[in-house]
Amino acid sequence: MYDKQVRRRRAVLALLVVVSLILLTAYFGESAGSPLHSVQRGVVAVLSPVQEGASRALKPVRDLFGWFGDTARAKKERDQLRKQRDSLLQQVVGYKVALQDNAELRRDLALDQNSLQGYDTRTVRVIGRPANNLLLDRLQVDAGSGAGVRMGDPVVADGGLVGHISFVAPDSSFVTLITDPSSSVSVKVLNTAGDTGLLKPSVGDPLDLLVQLLPRRAAVSVDDIVVTAGFRTSRLESLYPPNVPVGRVTKADPEELASDQQVHVAPIADLRHLDFVQILVGASGASGARAQVGP
Amino acid sequence: MTGLESYQLPLRLAALGFLTVVIQIAAVSQVTVFGVSVDLTPLVVASAGLLAGSLPGAVFGFCVGLFADVALVQTLGVTSLLYIAIGYCAGRLRELRDPAHGLVPLAVGAAATAFATVGFSLMQFMLGVRAPVSWLLLRQLVVTILVGALLALPIYALVRRVVQGSLPDDPRRRRRRAYTTGGLSPLQRPSAGR
Repeated sequence: MYDKQVRRRRAVLALLVVVSLILLTAYFGESAGSPLHSVQRGVVAVLSPVQEGASRALKPVRDLFGWFGDTARAKKERDQLRKQRDSLLQQVVGYKVALQDNAELRRDLALDQNSLQGYDTRTVRVIGRPANNLLLDRLQVDAGSGAGVRMGDPVVADGGLVGHISFVAPDSSFVTLITDPSSSVSVKVLNTAGDTGLLKPSVGDPLDLLVQLLPRRAAVSVDDIVVTAGFRTSRLESLYPPNVPVGRVTKADPEELASDQQVHVAPIADLRHLDFVQILVGASGASGARAQVGP
Repeated sequence: MTGLESYQLPLRLAALGFLTVVIQIAAVSQVTVFGVSVDLTPLVVASAGLLAGSLPGAVFGFCVGLFADVALVQTLGVTSLLYIAIGYCAGRLRELRDPAHGLVPLAVGAAATAFATVGFSLMQFMLGVRAPVSWLLLRQLVVTILVGALLALPIYALVRRVVQGSLPDDPRRRRRRAYTTGGLSPLQRPSAGR
């Protein structure tokens, strides 16, 4: 009797492990349109309304837990912002003059004044998020292919870049954040030279982003703004439109710049406390090949 | 055990697993404690294994892991493989040692969180996520394990409350069965009438 129980237990355990390994192997080798992905897409479509309802119902609980951290962070931010305000006031006058010059020059060259021209925005609600954001940093939102959302669409919030759409179901989709290890964004630092680099998250501290591949002697300083570069070649086009604010330089060590060609950046969008984000749909150049493909 | 009673434990565990994953995705993951997101699912799986045994623990872990993988559009089989081990090991601990100390769920919860976090990271590395291991990553792992350990006791109490009464060797069930299968209830005993 005891032997029978032991054998049964071991058989079930072996069966479960084998099924998991078969699923893992099959899923890993499949393309996005294959049966397992289709089943997953179907389940996500069914679950989306449930998750949306749960997300709305549990928002007060989230807010309650978030209140303590938010209060401490808000005080720290207030002090930082006061300092920034004082220094920015001095820069505003100079920028106003530069803006006038810029507008005149753009008019002369017939350039687009708005980098987001050709995009429609969809404001969507965040309804889910994986627990483990160390190696997979994603959000689930309540709009999918039915709302015109497509793979690769850029996502913004709080005036800053959030990420891009990496999975689309009929009624929901997943956003891979710029803090996900798989994310790379071509960016430009708004310093005097307009140095360009590649934005990647720092492993283990997702909110610390790194602008890599900068020139070794780049004149980058703390508080410089980083925006998307938005390159376009004959074959490839960046996922992101140009000049979308991404972050602010928090650490620019000349030694680190000389050795690793990188500076540290904090994202402008508050990526850990997003309730709503905006998806930029209907890019004018979307028919071309995208420079980055979501997982 | 009647037919209906034999389905009580699977039904309760199914409802518990479904609610855990939905609440985890919709609310808990969006709250950060000391800079990390809390993951309740390995704690619930470990608690279920500790209460129900190795076989129900492994099956529950497989189902919860698979559901989480599907709902989060992750590679199928990764989380279920990890949670099978968590549920099975927690159940074996109960079957072999039958630990009675009140802090056992805390240690099991910490071990489950550590196994889930480190295991998930290793699996992602093996599946091709290119990210160098850094001290920052290790620090986050340690904080995640500590937060998991802190939540282990209340989660264990909650899971025990949910499955209580449907466990095969639950004392309350034994007592109740004794009255209904020929045993004398306290009201029928001669001493109770005095």
